[in-house]
Amino acid sequence: MKGIGASPGYAIGRAFVIKKEEALVTGKLLQNQEEVKREIEKFEKAVSSAIKEMETMKSAITIEDSGLSVFDIQIELMQDEQIRIDTIEKISSDRKNANDALIEVIEGAVETFKNINDEYFAARVTDVQDAGDRILKYINRRPAITDRILEDNTILVADDIAPVDIMKLDLSKIKGLAMRAGGKTSHAAIIARAKGIPAVVGCGTELVLVESNDLIIVDGNAGLVMLNPGKEIIQAYKGKQEAFEKNEGFLRGLREVPATTRDGVKISLQANISGPVELEESFFFGSEGSGLFRTELLFLNRDNLPGEEEQFEFYKQTALKAKGRPVIVRTFDIGGDKPLPFLNLPAEDNPFLGYRAIRISLDRTDIFADQLRAILRASAFGPLKIMFPMISKVEEIRQAIIILEEVKAGLRSSGTTFNPAIELGIMIEIPSAAVTADILAKEVDFFSIGTNDLCQYTLAVDRMNERIKHLYDPFNPGVLRLIDNTIQQALKNKIHVGMCGELAGEPMATLLLMGMGLNEFSMGASSIPAIKNIIINNSFEKAREIYLKVMEMEDSLTIGNFLKEQIKS
Amino acid sequence: MISKDYPITAAEGLHARPATNLIRLVKNYKSVTTLTKGNKTIKLNSMLNLLSMALKGGDTITIKVEGVDEAEAAAAIDHFFSEELKHQ
Repeated sequence: MKGIGASPGYAIGRAFVIKKEEALVTGKLLQNQEEVKREIEKFEKAVSSAIKEMETMKSAITIEDSGLSVFDIQIELMQDEQIRIDTIEKISSDRKNANDALIEVIEGAVETFKNINDEYFAARVTDVQDAGDRILKYINRRPAITDRILEDNTILVADDIAPVDIMKLDLSKIKGLAMRAGGKTSHAAIIARAKGIPAVVGCGTELVLVESNDLIIVDGNAGLVMLNPGKEIIQAYKGKQEAFEKNEGFLRGLREVPATTRDGVKISLQANISGPVELEESFFFGSEGSGLFRTELLFLNRDNLPGEEEQFEFYKQTALKAKGRPVIVRTFDIGGDKPLPFLNLPAEDNPFLGYRAIRISLDRTDIFADQLRAILRASAFGPLKIMFPMISKVEEIRQAIIILEEVKAGLRSSGTTFNPAIELGIMIEIPSAAVTADILAKEVDFFSIGTNDLCQYTLAVDRMNERIKHLYDPFNPGVLRLIDNTIQQALKNKIHVGMCGELAGEPMATLLLMGMGLNEFSMGASSIPAIKNIIINNSFEKAREIYLKVMEMEDSLTIGNFLKEQIKS
Repeated sequence: MISKDYPITAAEGLHARPATNLIRLVKNYKSVTTLTKGNKTIKLNSMLNLLSMALKGGDTITIKVEGVDEAEAAAAIDHFFSEELKHQ
């Protein structure tokens, strides 16, 4: 079976299948008023238990999902007045028990929805069924999966599994995870990665073939699930598993080791994140904070603007999870290629050269001020820093600072606490900013180099364009000189400089960047161990030599070959 | 009793999220509120009934509010249809 590899590694074990259980009609009729009363109570109690469960889930997940009101929709359906009245009517007049009454009511509603001649509304049928199932679960007091005892070497097989349920399981016994639904960013996937459990999600309906106690293999690297594999396959996988675990164990063993070169230069390795869950996950890989906290998640895939309160909660959660480690919050980098219905932006011919990021912020200062206020308020809960994206000239920084100061003044006068000395930085991702780094450095506390955009703007290459994407090349001497200039100007002006683009997680570039003087690298959390391994096995002196040599080279092929040689040894 | 017609201005119709908001809004008042489209009328106390109306952009509906706090309820509903729904 082919799915999506959501967490790397290999697992061989016995399946434990969590089936979506269907409640059956019992056909029993109630004998007397006493029983009627009891069944009505049972129903009401089940509704409130189901709602309570949903509310716990809602608070556990908070706003990680931008679709935050998915839970509210479920809650509203579970306490639906029509469902309640009809169910109680069936119990008291037709003398059905709570289980049968609710099943009939839900079936009736399902029929109505199926007949709606509109795709969206007809699809709500699953919401209605879900709400019914959740209440039925409590009416019948079915054991939660978490109450069951798991054998060693269990591979969990399920449709999808709620994060609250996963958290309660004995994860030490679960060696792998196979899910019918879900994607790389589903909560099951995130937790699996954080706990180092190999997982394949999105396997599709074929997964129903698997029964409890079947022998299965989960290949989280290739995204494969194998049911009852032959002896040779098992042998082959045992080999793969051993090799993987050895390497993984080694890299994870580096978690607590500081990223210090042999000659004692300390480098800070951090993670790029989109929310509190990812931040927490990154600590498993040894991250020391976040050099890039993207706030776009809050703004995308929704049809209204996130308010200040909602943003504040989200940033606050992240600040708390950071436990004292620094987190750089980037103000929204939206617009252009991502449609935002609430801004009513017309389609643009050149979205990457268009109305986006700081350009929207300085135009729609109302939205910008809301975000700054939310970040500032959250800064009372942890060491947050603020970073502006897409800066092309010094005036933009000055304008943004005026707005920031106004927001601070407002907070002061209302007596709201925030960190008044919050550090302020900018992304260096537009060539003009890299070239004028000496000017910009006087205005801010730090730079963060965004290599993806810097590379595409410098080389005039759209890397999504299949025909020219081979021209996208961060080792082009032109790109390297811009990065170098940014770092040298930052050092000269004694401000921090970090990198949060993909190049920061590229092993080939590590020594070169260190040699330039970069000492904060922020990347996808899973890249941290490999980069750390390079740092601790090399010296700053060597990095310096590599840097000086590379800056003399004329083309990226020579540079690439040379850098590859350096990390081999 | 207060009665008023509203066109559904959100292009995609009254989806689950705005529907949740509307039901929650109406629950804040003691008045009884109904929604009519064509020959079908529902009480605005049930998500299920509201969703089953499948209100699409361009539909016109009639809202009737009756009760002790009908003026306040009607004003809140008016704000929902003329302001909030547009921006959702």
